[in-house]
Order: sequence, then C-alpha cells, then structure tokens
Amino acid sequence: MDDRITPEARHFIEIISRFVQDECMPVEDAIEDTGRLPDPLVRTMKHLGLFGLRIPVVYGGSGMNLLDYCFALKELSKSHDAIRAIMSVNNGIGSMAIVNDGTEDQKAHYLPLLASGEYISAFALTEPGAGSDASAIATTAAKSPGGWVLNGMKHFITNAPIADIFTVIAVTDKEKRAKGGITAFIVEKGSKGLTIGNIHNTMGGKGWLQAEVIFDDCFVPDKNLVGSIGSGFKIAMKTLNEGRLSAAASAIGIGERLLSMGVEYAKLRKQFGKAIGEFEAIQWMLADSAMELYAADRMLADTAYRFDHGEDIRTQSSMTKLFATESAFKVADRMLQLHGGMGFMKETKVERMFRDIRAYRIFEGTSEIQRFMIARELLKN
Amino acid sequence: MKILVTVKRVSDPEAKLKIKPDGSWIQTEGVKFVVNPFDEIAVEEALRIKEKQTGEVVVVSIGEKVVTEQMRAALAMGADRGIFVNYTGSYDSYDVANILQKVVEQEKPDIIILGKQAVDDDMGAAGFMLAELLGYPQAAFASKVEISDDKKKAKVTREIDGGLEVKEVELPCVITADLRLNTPRYASLPNIMKAKQKPVKEVTVDALGAAVKPRVTVKKLTEPPKRKGGVKVESVQDLVTKLKNEAKVI
Ligand SMILES: Cc1cc2nc3c(=O)[nH]c(=O)nc-3n(C[C@H](O)[C@H](O)[C@H](O)COP(=O)(O)OP(=O)(O)OC[C@H]3O[C@@H](n4cnc5c(N)ncnc54)[C@H](O)[C@@H]3O)c2cc1C
Repeated sequence: MDDRITPEARHFIEIISRFVQDECMPVEDAIEDTGRLPDPLVRTMKHLGLFGLRIPVVYGGSGMNLLDYCFALKELSKSHDAIRAIMSVNNGIGSMAIVNDGTEDQKAHYLPLLASGEYISAFALTEPGAGSDASAIATTAAKSPGGWVLNGMKHFITNAPIADIFTVIAVTDKEKRAKGGITAFIVEKGSKGLTIGNIHNTMGGKGWLQAEVIFDDCFVPDKNLVGSIGSGFKIAMKTLNEGRLSAAASAIGIGERLLSMGVEYAKLRKQFGKAIGEFEAIQWMLADSAMELYAADRMLADTAYRFDHGEDIRTQSSMTKLFATESAFKVADRMLQLHGGMGFMKETKVERMFRDIRAYRIFEGTSEIQRFMIARELLKN
Repeated sequence: MKILVTVKRVSDPEAKLKIKPDGSWIQTEGVKFVVNPFDEIAVEEALRIKEKQTGEVVVVSIGEKVVTEQMRAALAMGADRGIFVNYTGSYDSYDVANILQKVVEQEKPDIIILGKQAVDDDMGAAGFMLAELLGYPQAAFASKVEISDDKKKAKVTREIDGGLEVKEVELPCVITADLRLNTPRYASLPNIMKAKQKPVKEVTVDALGAAVKPRVTVKKLTEPPKRKGGVKVESVQDLVTKLKNEAKVI
C-alpha cells in the first residue's frame, strides 16, 4: 500500500477488504438478480461510516483526505458496483457542493444526514440537450419572492428515484450562462413541482438507478441556493474534478479483481494438457493488465496526493480518469477472453463486471472530453 | 462492570509462513499480523456485556512496541483503554499468566476474557493458568455468556463433546472465548480515528513485579515433511497390484 496513506486509513482499508470478502461477495449475485442492495448490507455500510468518509468530522463524517478515500473506495469497488455507487454519491457529487460552497446552515442541516447514510443524494446536471457540453443546459431558475422557480428536465441522474436531496444546476441568466449565469440549488425530495420521470433501462449497473428528473414550476427557497448566484458552473466543475479521481479508483478496483480472477483461472484451466497460463498468449494478457493497473494506481496516488496538498490537478485528474477507466475496460475484455466461453456465462461474474465497467468511460466526463481537456491545456499558449 | 480482555498479535492465519533458515522462528518479513481471532471474539463479547451493563473494557497486550497496532484495532472496535506490557524477551504461557495476574491485581476487573487459544502456537493454556494463579472460577471455551441481573454471576454455555454444558461462575471470573461465541463487529472509520486518542498505559514487567522465566523454550521449528506426489493408475488391475505390492495394504 502507498506509504502516503495514513495508518488509520490502512487499518480501515483492511477492514473494508474483510467486509468485501465476507459480506459483499456472497450477495453479489443476489444484487444482480434483484437489483437491490440487501438491507443488512446497507446497515453494515452505515455502521462502517462509508457514507460519510469525505464529509468533515464536525458534520458527522470522517473527513478523509482524497488519497485515503480513493484507496478505500478502490477496495470497496471489488465487489458489486451498486455497493460502490450508493456510497460514493454521498461522498462525492451528492455532497461536494454543500461541503465546498454551502452555507453554515446548509452544512449543519444536510451533511450529518448524508454522512450517516440516512439521506441519499443525487447530482443533477446532465440534460437531454446538454451532456458533454454542460454549459448548454436549459433548465432555468427564475427569481420569485422568497426563492426561485425551477423549470426543465434532467436525465441519467444517478440515485434519482431514491434520493432525499438533489444538487441541481440551473440557468439563472441566459446571457451569461457558464460565465456567471448558472447557479446550484439544493432541492428536497417531495418538493412541489419535482417529479421523477422514467427510470432508464441500462446495459449494466444493476442495483443503482438512473432516472429523469422533471421540474415543473418547482419552488426552491432562497436558503437552498448554494454558493452565490452565478457560481453554479464553477461548483459543478469542481465537483467533477474530484469525481474523476473516484471514478478512476473504482475502475482500478474492479480491474484488480478481474485480474486476480484471471490469474486463478489461468492456473486452473487446462487445455492441450497444460494450464492455459503456460501459453504465451494468455501470459501477455495478464502481464499487460497488471502493468496498466499498476500505472493507473500510481497515477491515482500521485494525483490525489497533489490534490490534498493544494495543487491544481485538473489535467492530471483527466489523465488519471482516462487512463484508469480505459485500462480497466481493456482488462475486463482480456479477462473475459481468457475465461473463454465461461467468461460469457453469468456464473463467472466476469461478464457482469465487463458490462459495469463500460459506463466508467462515459460518466464523469467521457474519454473524448478528458482528451479534449488535456489537449486544450497543452495547446493553451 | 470492568472487563479486562487480552489481545495478542499473531501472524495472519491465511498467510503462507516460512521458517527462518536457522529454524529459530518464522520469517516475519512481509507477513501480515492481525489480532488473534479468538481475542477478537473476546473483545466483542466484552463490548456486548458493557453495552448491556455499562462499564469499561480494558485491553492488555504483551510484547514489543508493534503489538500496540493490534491493541489499537481492539480500541477501534470500542474498547476504552489499553495496557501495553512492554517486554521484548521470550516467554511461555505461564509467564503470560504471571504477567496478567499482576495486571489483574492492579485493575481488579469483574471479568477477564481471553481467547481460548492464540492461533500462532495454539497453546491454549494461559487462561487456565491465570484463573489458577488468581484463585478465580473459570469457564473455558464459552459459546454463550449471560451476566445475572445482580451482576454477581455469569452463566456460561460451553460446547463439549456430544453436547452443551452450562456453568454458573461467581464474579470475578476468567472466561475464554470459543469460535461460536459471537461474530466480531467491524471497526468503523470514525471509531478508528477515535481510537488514536484513547489512553494506552505502557508498563514494564519489572514495574508490574511479575517474574518471567520461561519453562518452555522453542528449540527448533521444522516444516512438515513434504508429501510425495501421487500417480495416476491406468486400470483397476493396476490399482490393485499397487495396493498389494507397493502400499501393502491389501
Ligand atoms: C451510468 C451513468 C450515470 C450517470 N449519472 C449522472 C448523474 O448522476 N448526474 C448527471 O448529471 N449526469 C449523469 N450521467 C450523465 C453523464 O455525465 C453523461 O452521459 C456524459 O457526460 C456524456 O454526455 P451525453 O451522454 O449527453 O453524451 P454526448 O455529450 O452527447 O456525447 C456523445 C459522444 O460525442 C462525444 N463528444 C461530445 N463532445 C465532444 C467533443 N467536444 N469532442 C469529442 N467528442 C465529443 C462524446 O465523447 C460521446 O462519445 C450519468 C451517465 C451514466 C452513463
């Protein structure tokens, strides 16, 4: 384990590792079949403090730094992706705006509920007409006495059907848009004019849901405005900046699990009278996978460490997210191939992880957008 | 109610161990160390008793400074404070019992819970010896512990060959924890952080006034003999011939 990870985090990561082995892996198939996380599992997750790892200690969380958090998350991601998904939103995109820019009242009210897992959160930025180009959002917030009235529609919003609060990014000034015309709001479940639309049917990601979120004259009181009027685009970008590293961490965790399954199978499976691991073609699959995961792991540690020390890591976090998720997908493909027909069968779980890892190249900024941002920085002057 | 629990640092039962070339002990480099699993069960039981009765759980570890890592793990589970007996020499079960006796005399706990054995040397003797030295009643291999309402007695269920035995012992007493007593809780991250601040008192064997003079010494460790690889036989006839002529069992 990386030397820079604190002793407390190491201890915790060992506990997560046990939790994953003893409690998560045995229920993976049930999660996939039912699309639900078992209640006892969620209870243990709450007990472990998993929902509040990144939330400051004064608000009931554990205040982990990003490096420690990423490596805890990496370990937790080795089981079913829905386990990672439910806790990572509360630690990331679902709470980050409040942690970074919320008022004292917002922090004191919402953060303890998010840290304990009593509240589930969602982050609503993407719209049918605005994906990679987030500045093109059309959801509006118009000033009215005592608050704001929201109109518009979001889609692909993780946790929407179960979320207690949403961080919503909306346009408050159509002229300025991303340059001071976009604002962040906290919208509570059950607010008048807020409805959850269709739940999307997806390729993978069983057990965690995306849905449409519709605002129809939805009133949000002034006290639920996050940061200042017009600071919403910055808030969203800051949130995603950090989110990229957690996406990388989970992808590496999934990749490592797949690699270890591949190694086991290569030793076990015999064809032409020998273990398939004795064939060079299989060895190369394993060697390339190990190499890429190692490189991604080091990029993650380095970038998270720099973030914790106040460095601007925008470019590095794009590179880390890009490399880690693309590598993990390649690992998944190779390990599926290595398993032959068994890899295609549900019982080996490889096909599940193959489907789950696919989304990582899309959310928190597609691979193309990461490349675009890296290149933009290179060509700036 | 004050409960004293022992916590021993042992090599991970899952780890593949290698013996040092001179046979004096196992190679410790690169080996993961954990809380002895039976001690973890003992800590859990102490915490459950405390949660029902209120009181204090004190953990005690003996050895070099590194053993405090495992003590912190017990504190992170919820124990209140630690006593670290700093001792770097070799010792046997009777020495452990002697040291613990002195700790008990100072702390005067109502209950002492130990793991039924440590999974490294599997001696399983310290608990019995401690009870004997203290002159306390003991209930070993507990699979269930109930404290009476007046907090004067413990009803302890033990798994014995062919059934269950229920013992009632008066407090203070010594209990050793068996595998099925409970499932230890996970330490949460907030509790891991809090454990850093919990008091750990460091004492020496001399200061405790305990005599350590091992009666048992480890002469040499050797690996079990390597098993010879088997052979595949082609036919039943082959098998019978081999069983007759080579194995000489029929
Ligand atoms: C499982 C999942 C969970 C999600 N959860 C959330 C959530 O909780 N909250 C939320 O707000 N959003 C969420 N999203 C949405 C996600 O962030 C978007 O899907 C993503 O940003 C891409 O936007 P898009 O789908 O509109 O694709 P588009 O932007 O339409 O992209 C289509 C293709 O064009 C490419 N492209 C676009 N622009 C460029 C360019 N400039 N240069 C090169 N190529 C380009 C893209 O890379 C892509 O290949 C989630 C998505 C998924 C799949």
